[in-house]
Amino acid sequence: MSALASLVAPGFFASEAVHVALAVGGVTAIVSGTVGVFTVMRGQSFAGEALADMGAAGGAGAFLLGAGNPLWGFVAIDVAAAAVMELIGVQRPRGRDLATGIVLAAVLGLAALLLYLNTTVHNTTGATQTILFGSVFAIASSTVPLVVLLSVAALALVAALYRPLLLSSMSAEMAAARGIPVRLIGAVYLLALALAVALAAMTIGTILSTALLVGPAATALRVTKRPGVAIALAALLGIAAMWLGVLLAYDSYEWPPIGTGWPVSFFVVALIFLGYLISGLPARLPARLRERSRVSMRTDH
Amino acid sequence: MERAQTGLDEILSVQGVSVRLSGRDVLLEVGFGIRPGQFTGLIGSNGAGKTTLFRVILGLQTPSAGRVLIDGRARSRRNPLIGYVPQKFLLDPDMPLRARDLVGLGVDAHRLGIPRPSRARRELVAQALAAVGAESFADARVGQLSGGEQQRVLIAHALVGSPKLLLLDEPLANLDLRSGQEVVALLARIARERQVAVFISAHEINPLLPAMDRVVYIAGGRAVSGTTAEVVRADVLSKLYGSHVDVLNVHGRVLVVAGAGDAADMEGHEGVFPGAGIVA
Repeated sequence: MSALASLVAPGFFASEAVHVALAVGGVTAIVSGTVGVFTVMRGQSFAGEALADMGAAGGAGAFLLGAGNPLWGFVAIDVAAAAVMELIGVQRPRGRDLATGIVLAAVLGLAALLLYLNTTVHNTTGATQTILFGSVFAIASSTVPLVVLLSVAALALVAALYRPLLLSSMSAEMAAARGIPVRLIGAVYLLALALAVALAAMTIGTILSTALLVGPAATALRVTKRPGVAIALAALLGIAAMWLGVLLAYDSYEWPPIGTGWPVSFFVVALIFLGYLISGLPARLPARLRERSRVSMRTDH
Repeated sequence: MERAQTGLDEILSVQGVSVRLSGRDVLLEVGFGIRPGQFTGLIGSNGAGKTTLFRVILGLQTPSAGRVLIDGRARSRRNPLIGYVPQKFLLDPDMPLRARDLVGLGVDAHRLGIPRPSRARRELVAQALAAVGAESFADARVGQLSGGEQQRVLIAHALVGSPKLLLLDEPLANLDLRSGQEVVALLARIARERQVAVFISAHEINPLLPAMDRVVYIAGGRAVSGTTAEVVRADVLSKLYGSHVDVLNVHGRVLVVAGAGDAADMEGHEGVFPGAGIVA
């Protein structure tokens, strides 16, 4: 208990900013982990990255219009971008990366303009940092209900599509042969993906939000061979990275340089990366050890 | 729904089907029927129209002429009477999907929502896995199975919904000789025991010969059908190809050879004349 107490800087559990950070961080980590498993399965990590990056234009636009909360900007631009990417064929096996890249470049150009206007005309220099890398301690508590609502919406979409989405992520051909409307399923999934990255951008910023999407999911896929378990594990890993990241960032106010604190997004992304590296270790163990653990796992079934 | 005038007992009836894609006739007035429990081979080289014909039967391609009846009725978009095994199945070895999960998706992937675990669903899956002899690798990741094992799992996935027609697109393409023989024997047993019509495409006729009741031979979008003895004959195939073809029987294998059978001719047409396998 004393070890835990020394890990947690004084005032951590009393701070309202921490409460909001933990709530928003936890909920968005669940959404990102759940949606992310399908993103990795479908090989759409680049589409996820592109959607996340494009959120920067929306966030900058929201700040320019005087909205203190960039979430609406993230959601609006990501959903619109998902629709455009669907129309120009992100679901096609070939050419989809090209289409995604072209839309990404155009929207990032817009983001460059809007961020520039923010710093020069409005003199809101903090906006760039908040939009690109997040500032989870600065989220207004009034935002929490909206975050929860959008999170539930994204999770409901994935839950509703679960079976046809799983089969069409494995083989679009087999899904189509069963009469599953593969294109429609893919489009609705893209909407859930847009919501997931918009929510994650609130916590660790538009540039890094795919880390929360893809990292825990990729780690879970290495560890388990069951789709349902992979989703649960990805959500848990995301929460763990997010909460531990918030704690370390809070603690870091006492680290050098004293009184400034390190950004949460650094810790979260570093922890996710660490988790991914650790999950790869079993494959490097001697074959004899691995065989033994596999036998013991089999008896669990 | 109207019933077909002919072949009331046919599970699949293809009637005068033509498909024109970007100005090219991929299928031209193709017609044949398949009865329950029959093992039928669809033989043709790459590009002969095999996959297009399957897409028409599955309802994924609308024919420009003709119609397809499944169990005497016009096919619908989702037809539970058809089980389908696609041509290539390349799954990332790390994908979190056990063979058991993939077969489970065969039960209810068309339904929305998360599957609720039930004894009935588990037993259906276990029966399908047992029917193809896949119990021993039921809990392995599908992507890490060998080609022959994956074929068995895919057959179980197609079979679990109790279809009356099983369509398999080139299931032997990536298998070694022995695995191929095992899959053919398995399919023949499924056809016999479950009275499922098995319709299997291949570019080589010989691996199917031991099991085949009937053959649909397809070339340049046209098709002839019947028993092997009726179809795999020099006069029939010459007419189909529109040039002289010889059919040779060598040690129980069939060789379909172009022209007078001289080496240059055969080499030049390798692949164009399916069945003309290089003698091993």
